[in-house]
Amino acid sequence: MPAAGVVMIIAVLLIVLAVVYYLVSTIVALQRITKSLDDAITGVVGIIEKSAPVDDVVTSINTNLDAGVTLLEGLLVKKAGLSDAVGLVEGLYPGAAAEGFRDIPDSTQTNAPRISEVYTKGTLTLARLGREAPIAAASPNGPALRNAAYGSTAARALYPEVRQSRPNAMPRSPVIGTDSPVQYEPSESPGVRKRMPVPVAVGAQAEPTPSPETGGVVKSGLAFLRRLKSDDQ
Amino acid sequence: MTLEWIGDALLLLVVLPVVVYLLRGVLNAANSIVPSAHQIAAAATAGSKDLDATALLLTTQDQVKTTIEVAADYGGSLDVILDDAN
Repeated sequence: MPAAGVVMIIAVLLIVLAVVYYLVSTIVALQRITKSLDDAITGVVGIIEKSAPVDDVVTSINTNLDAGVTLLEGLLVKKAGLSDAVGLVEGLYPGAAAEGFRDIPDSTQTNAPRISEVYTKGTLTLARLGREAPIAAASPNGPALRNAAYGSTAARALYPEVRQSRPNAMPRSPVIGTDSPVQYEPSESPGVRKRMPVPVAVGAQAEPTPSPETGGVVKSGLAFLRRLKSDDQ
Repeated sequence: MTLEWIGDALLLLVVLPVVVYLLRGVLNAANSIVPSAHQIAAAATAGSKDLDATALLLTTQDQVKTTIEVAADYGGSLDVILDDAN
């Protein structure tokens, strides 16, 4: 065989080896790609299957929420009036008045009262539960419990009856001093009084303090028993 | 004989380098696709896993419906109890 033929055979073998090497490597890479794409397709199919009912469900949820918003906004405006309703919502959610109510386009033009600057959020939460609520002062349908401009103590009546009528129902604090209507005698032993104090109306003459010359402790004790007896009768 | 040597030279100096060059390009392109395909697969799997919670939307749907019904009942009662503003 001539040398040129041997060289040609070697050259062809080299070419074939190179082709085989690179093609096998390419096949391996493509197989890895195919496997990855299979995984991707599985994931995408899962996404499609899982997201298929989302549209209907979200549409249903939005429909129900829209109905709820319409209901609550309508009820609030009906009961509180548009102006107070906008002010109330603005007080709870600052900036909401600018957006107004969704179903009431005119609400964006309402000059909302600055309720949140006068009442706390807790009061606002309980507000508009009736014309007795302090916020109802601006209600045009009748007098409100609280005068929004000048009232300061009327809101006390909103809370349970404990001390609202304190000046009338509770005893007054004792008056002390040398010229007080009830004179307390010095006690010989701590915590023990020689006689119980008797409330005396303001302006009335105080009972004269018994002196040792006019009977002292014995006479004041008898007077106390007499008063006690007359009280029982 | 001379033509055979010329042919050998062409095979070794032209054809073989060209074949190697082209096949290496194909291999490099295939290898560059592999990481991207892996990333796509990972993203698709993660996305599918994230959507596992979509089944809870059915519960949310029922809860929203119940909540709105309760709110409607409550609003109806308030409408009866409270005076209107106007």
